Amino acid sequence: MQPLLKASGISKQFPGTQALDNVSLELMPGEIHAVIGENGAGKSTLMKILAGVLSPDSGTIEFEGKPVTFLNPHDALMKGIAIVYQELSLVPPLTVAENIFPGRLPTNFLGMVRYGALFRDAKQVLDNLNANIDPRVPVEMLSIANQQLVEIGKALSLNCKVLILDEPTSALTDHETELLLKLLRRLANEGVGILYISHKLNEIMSLADRVTVLRDGKYVGTDSIKGVHPDDLIRMMVGRDLGVLFPQKSKQIGTPLLEVKNVRIAGSDAKNSFRLYHGEVLGLAGLIGSGRTELARALFGAEPIVEGEIILNGEEVKVTSPKRAIELGIGYLPEDRKAAGLFLEMSLKLNVAATVIDEVSSGGFVVGSKERKLAEEAVQQLDISTPTIEQEIRRLSGGNQQKALVAKWLAIKPKVLIVDEPTRGIDVGAKREIHFLLRTLAETGVGIIMISSELPEVLGMSDRILVMREGAFVAEYSSSEATEEKIIRSASGQKSE
Amino acid sequence: MEKATTFSDMPPASGSFTRGFLGRLARQREFTLIVMIVLIGLALQLITGRFFTVPNLNAILLGFATSAIIVVGMTGALVSGGFDLSVGSVFAMGGVTAAIALRADVPIPLSIILGVGAGVLAGLVNGLLITKVQINPFITTLGMMGIARGISLAVTEGTTLAGLPSEFYVYGQGKTFDIPNLVLIALSIVLIGDFLMRRSSSFRQIYYVGGNEEAARLSGINVDRVKIAVYTLSGLLAALAGVLSISRFTVADPGTGMGEELRIIAACIIGGCSLRGGKGTVIGGLFGLIFVGFINNGLILLRVPVYWQQLSMGVVLLLAVGFDTLSQRWQLRSRGQKAG
Repeated sequence: MQPLLKASGISKQFPGTQALDNVSLELMPGEIHAVIGENGAGKSTLMKILAGVLSPDSGTIEFEGKPVTFLNPHDALMKGIAIVYQELSLVPPLTVAENIFPGRLPTNFLGMVRYGALFRDAKQVLDNLNANIDPRVPVEMLSIANQQLVEIGKALSLNCKVLILDEPTSALTDHETELLLKLLRRLANEGVGILYISHKLNEIMSLADRVTVLRDGKYVGTDSIKGVHPDDLIRMMVGRDLGVLFPQKSKQIGTPLLEVKNVRIAGSDAKNSFRLYHGEVLGLAGLIGSGRTELARALFGAEPIVEGEIILNGEEVKVTSPKRAIELGIGYLPEDRKAAGLFLEMSLKLNVAATVIDEVSSGGFVVGSKERKLAEEAVQQLDISTPTIEQEIRRLSGGNQQKALVAKWLAIKPKVLIVDEPTRGIDVGAKREIHFLLRTLAETGVGIIMISSELPEVLGMSDRILVMREGAFVAEYSSSEATEEKIIRSASGQKSE
Repeated sequence: MEKATTFSDMPPASGSFTRGFLGRLARQREFTLIVMIVLIGLALQLITGRFFTVPNLNAILLGFATSAIIVVGMTGALVSGGFDLSVGSVFAMGGVTAAIALRADVPIPLSIILGVGAGVLAGLVNGLLITKVQINPFITTLGMMGIARGISLAVTEGTTLAGLPSEFYVYGQGKTFDIPNLVLIALSIVLIGDFLMRRSSSFRQIYYVGGNEEAARLSGINVDRVKIAVYTLSGLLAALAGVLSISRFTVADPGTGMGEELRIIAACIIGGCSLRGGKGTVIGGLFGLIFVGFINNGLILLRVPVYWQQLSMGVVLLLAVGFDTLSQRWQLRSRGQKAG
């Protein structure tokens, strides 16, 4: 049988990283093909290339036996390849029907939309999916699971032959997941080829026909699910030289610094407790959406805590706002550098001084020399590469931006520093520097909570690792007993044998 | 892909001039405006021979004075990432409130406080609606624009209020060392405002809030409090300008200041504020105001019918912002070229 979609020798370079290096993938009609790998392995980049969002630097794509190039996602869609993203791409205030047929609404001779026909057509598409959704309601009224069905309906209404799903079940309940998997199975039986990206191994084991593993942008292998054990897959995904990316771990951990007791945050049922010690780097591992960021923001006062206690240095504290957290000596480096961390159009100097406006002031007025000194020290201490401290921060590289953000938090002289994906999207050199910096900080007695979705980073940095799943801690590992396999197993809910 | 090639075929926009100190200075909007203002002044002097005369300059400065006060508050609102459409109406309401108090024989200082207080109240309501109810600044201040104007018209039944005590006129008509008091007051407010925006640690927070609201919040800045303060200050200054205006003209007109909000916003934008927030200075706004004012004054001196003045402001606004946007894009392109 001829493959439906065949990608050969795909390479793609981004500034500073080789996202994909000579990767190949083959999808047969009616096949569910899982693509797995750690964060940064290149899965999403590959899917974006197959869906026409990105164009490859080299390599060929054949669709139904003929070589194709996609100009843009719309082009790929029209040729029969649809992608359903983690973040859904629907227009929330428009009706389900309008979302299924965007740009293809049935019209009369005056160019007016024939709503009767539109809703009838949409109903047919949804019925075909066994989806009990009213095509007349706005999409924003639907659950995430139903929104996903609308996305799939939109793809199928274009008679698409390849359906790419990127982590489709990350926001679904168990029951919703089951229904979705059943639907995918049925679509595959009707001849649709499905590329399925997921971290959840048990899902893949029960759903997929074949699985392809990527690691660090390279193709590792493709296996039939029948002959493969989850442990084999995990081994294929990991196994990399940590090199000198990480500093020596702490030799001895100090006294308790922060104690979190039965803390529950809004929108979650889980009550979480843990301790952080002086001088410790505590790793928080888990899948994306497992609730790590929410917990961190709550500890920093950026999200409300519904119940529970926080004890800092033996005293109970109420962290009611980020301002209060900073007064208490708790810092939080957010995961989204551009959206929540940087003042992009402002200078490096002003960015570093943002958390300590009062400290660089005297009598209510900013003292220029103090402000400059703070920024100059930061540049020196963190080796930030910038022409001057007056440089607009958006003109610096990602690594230097991240260092400036770290400097901003060092400025408050933190007791507890929570760093959320501290090295996301920065080059290896800067990564290493930030790792060493965090360790140096810990050695002065600061407690560091590090959220990271990169397992090598979690393993390489943490003195202790807590794993979260669905808003709750599910496992704790000491540095010596932790392995990538164990963490993936705990994070994805895979039972150990 | 093909587009990128076309871009890199373009010559780099930045020469050696734009890199050095002069280049940095030339990129400051204030500097460009001063040069333009001086050039226009000289040109008008040459053409008409009576531009740099004391009466003409006094007339121009007096014309600016109340607007300059409002510019200070508007700069704060724009820098915080919003704007205040209600200033024109609050300007009228402040004047009407003070006039009513004065006519009821309320002491002059107290009347002034009442007039300014009306503006504080309007600004406070704006701030609370924007932060606590989360209505966007456009809708909120548009609503307040109608409310303040409506109150002014309703309590006066649409008539102008005259017969104010003559001792009250000293603020708007008196002179100190031959300089109109109104000009001195406005100038002080502008200079203090500019200094505070540049140096005060509290006002510094406005830039952070406008630069990135979420990042400001996560940096420990009380975003709501900053915004409430900004809109309260804008209301206060607009009403103060209104009180000073009735002192100058000796009557309170409930219909005064219509369209003022847009003129002020235009001046601030010409002066370097960004509608996206985080950028702008009070002095820049003042220069924007003077720039537009000079052009209008020139048109008057050149006996161009007054109807053309609106057009000149529109053209200047679009030219200033258009030029700025384009030059930024050129800079980005030439940088992209170096990086690629």
